[in-house]
Amino acid sequence: MSEQQPGKTAWFDWRAVALPAATAVVLLAAWHFGVVASGSDLFPKPHEVLAGIVELLQRGLLLKYVVASLFRVTWGFGLAVLIGVPLGLLLGWFRPAFLAINPLIQALRPISPIAWIPVAILWFGIADTAPVFLIFLASVFPITTSSMAAVQNMQLVYLRAAQNFGVRGLPLFRRVIFPAALPQILTGLRIALGVAWLVVVAAEMIAVNSGLGYLIIDARNAGKRYDLVVAGMVMIGLIGLVLDGLVRRLERCDEVRWGHGRN
Amino acid sequence: MAATDVVVDVRDTWMSFAGNRPGEPIHVLERIGFQVRHGEFVCIVGPSGCGKSTLLNVLGGFIEETRGSVLVEGAPVKGPDPGRIFVFQENGVFPWLTVEQNVGFGLWQRPAAERAERVAHYVRMVGLNGFERAYPRELSGGMRQRVEIARALAAEARMLFMDEPFGALDFLTRLKMRADLVRIWQAERKTILFVTHDIEEAVQLADRVLVMTRRPATIQAEVTVDLPRPRDLDARGYLDCRDRIFALMGMDAHQSGVVVSR
Repeated sequence: MSEQQPGKTAWFDWRAVALPAATAVVLLAAWHFGVVASGSDLFPKPHEVLAGIVELLQRGLLLKYVVASLFRVTWGFGLAVLIGVPLGLLLGWFRPAFLAINPLIQALRPISPIAWIPVAILWFGIADTAPVFLIFLASVFPITTSSMAAVQNMQLVYLRAAQNFGVRGLPLFRRVIFPAALPQILTGLRIALGVAWLVVVAAEMIAVNSGLGYLIIDARNAGKRYDLVVAGMVMIGLIGLVLDGLVRRLERCDEVRWGHGRN
Repeated sequence: MAATDVVVDVRDTWMSFAGNRPGEPIHVLERIGFQVRHGEFVCIVGPSGCGKSTLLNVLGGFIEETRGSVLVEGAPVKGPDPGRIFVFQENGVFPWLTVEQNVGFGLWQRPAAERAERVAHYVRMVGLNGFERAYPRELSGGMRQRVEIARALAAEARMLFMDEPFGALDFLTRLKMRADLVRIWQAERKTILFVTHDIEEAVQLADRVLVMTRRPATIQAEVTVDLPRPRDLDARGYLDCRDRIFALMGMDAHQSGVVVSR
């Protein structure tokens, strides 16, 4: 019998730090010497961007803008999860609901959230509500679709086993359908969070006067401060990396790890 | 047999599935009829793909017969029932639950103390003590199958429908699981319907073996295995029984080399 002890993977892999660091060094060098070679005095070198970030920190703007952007994403994405996951589970389970509503979802999904900006301004003005609405819109469809597919792809044997033990109704959802669907739901959440972060920046460029998207547009318009433009872009990228890492961490929980590849 | 003893009563039952082309259904079961008494251990053998599992799924209430009469415990089968637990061929263990949560899955209506006690008892019985907190992905295929068997036994069902439950296990584990199953069955007197393609397994386990034909499957013979348990695998009666079933399935056990002479 091949008895295995519960698996332990190495918690720290030095290559996961060293290799991306090496990539960063190479790219930063290429950037620096590229700008030097081009003779551009408008496009910033890496150390100027760093100085820009420090300047934003000192003026108290960096934290303020990051918090403003994250606040909008939290609301928009949070609402999308609260509505998208239950809706997706229902559509995946009840075929008539799927037939009635899925074509609408698949028709709305390809419309870029950017296309909704005029509508959002019309409905919500330029308050925080407009970008929250846009983020909600951008993330609710991937969340709904992946939750729906997760239920539809669920292995029949889990359902049969549960029914065999007399589990039905709401407990069936809670004890079997939801946990069986959770790995694929989480993958949907990760994609949706990426889209949400993409959209908050776009929304802030138009509708509001705070946040990282606003920082970029404002720095460009008020004095061609390209060091601050790129500083804003770098912050967006870094925060996106952290958000993705957080959701990936969720995917390693014991309750969902079975559904993610080779374990 | 006394009429009240009969817990499974299948009469003239047919089953067909829609085929790839309309109007050309695939006939899987034809004219199936048999009875099982309370507490009996019945094995169903037949060539692979013949419809054994389909028959068991009809009895379990997961699919409905095309026509015929399928009475289980005196009533037509309307769907799955907690009194009759199915052990699936493909692994039905929930991968998001630990071993002990899986084994206790069917016991949610019991008080926590009783649940814990039953879980511990059946985890021990299938030899998984020490792995209570492990997740199925951390176990071998054979260990996962034992989790499923423990889950079925812990639920205290009156009947077990087992669909090639030991097929994925290694040889030694399979022998041990057979012995354990017979021991449990003798202790708890459940009615067991056990599908297998392994003739030796059927003769080692069953009171009676139903032998099915190729598709569309009918029951071509019922072989009563009237031998004391634990079965002596060298006894004349055991070998006769086994060879009879081999012959029914169109093979001479000795000439075709399927049996290693002892």
